[in-house]
Amino acid sequence: MGDSIKLRYDVNGEDFVTCGQASEDVKRTLKGIGIPSATIRRVSIAMYEGEINMVIHGGGGVAEVEIFEDRITIVLKDTGKGIADIEKAMQEGYSTATEDIRELGFGAGMGLPNMKKYSDEFAIESKVGQGTTVTMTINFQEDA
Amino acid sequence: MTAKEISAKTNGKIAVDSDFDAKEFYVGDFLSRVMGKAPADSAWITVMSNVNVAGVAVLAEIKIIVLCEGVTPSEQLIDRCKEQQIAVVTTDLGAYECCRLLS
Ligand SMILES: Nc1ncnc2c1ncn2[C@@H]1O[C@H](COP(=O)(O)OP(=O)(O)OP(=O)(O)O)[C@@H](O)[C@H]1O
Ligand SMILES: [Mg+2]
Repeated sequence: MGDSIKLRYDVNGEDFVTCGQASEDVKRTLKGIGIPSATIRRVSIAMYEGEINMVIHGGGGVAEVEIFEDRITIVLKDTGKGIADIEKAMQEGYSTATEDIRELGFGAGMGLPNMKKYSDEFAIESKVGQGTTVTMTINFQEDA
Repeated sequence: MTAKEISAKTNGKIAVDSDFDAKEFYVGDFLSRVMGKAPADSAWITVMSNVNVAGVAVLAEIKIIVLCEGVTPSEQLIDRCKEQQIAVVTTDLGAYECCRLLS
């Protein structure tokens, strides 16, 4: 009790194949400490969308996760190209993904809206040419 | 519906088997749409066959993947699904015909 669990992952910006490993590890960790499966699912999807965005748009970065008794916070930080118009990026269906990326099944423009939908607190900060940081908190009680 | 039942109804083949009985279905190819809309414990009908499909299924708790239009699953997809106990069925039918026969 009291102590939080801190996890840190490097997200490789080149690698679509291993992308998702950080999210899967967090999923396993939450399962191990008995978090309800509906909550785990929300965390998993929100984090995976963020991980994928770091790879596709952000050139990779770092995911820092902290698990408290009542909530989880996920901070996804990249030093990629950044987002010029965040409001636009948050709109359902807005995507700058290339044809190659679409062929992999990404680029529906639903990632950021999903992250917002599945988290209890969502914040995004971005500077063009410097990078993007997404911070999400998901509370554990809600679905219990 | 189990992978065996889905395979029998769609004249398909089982690439990875399980006994999971899916009660709900979802059809779609854009992975973020799937993660936003597919119910947990569902069967997912798609033409996407790369390894990210397994990642999506794991994280969104989809238990059966139905690959239609005769697409061949990548080896990595099969390996990941085996490891994660996610069933994979392949069929030559299109998504519409597949859904029609499963309804
Ligand atoms: N980390 C990031 N760095 C730079 N740009 C980003 C980042 N995350 C999102 N964006 C921009 O915001 C747009 C919308 O992101 P969103 O995740 O909603 O959709 P997508 O990634 O294009 O497609 P999908 O997530 O549905 O596969 C992206 O197309 C991209 O232009
Ligand atoms: Mg995205």
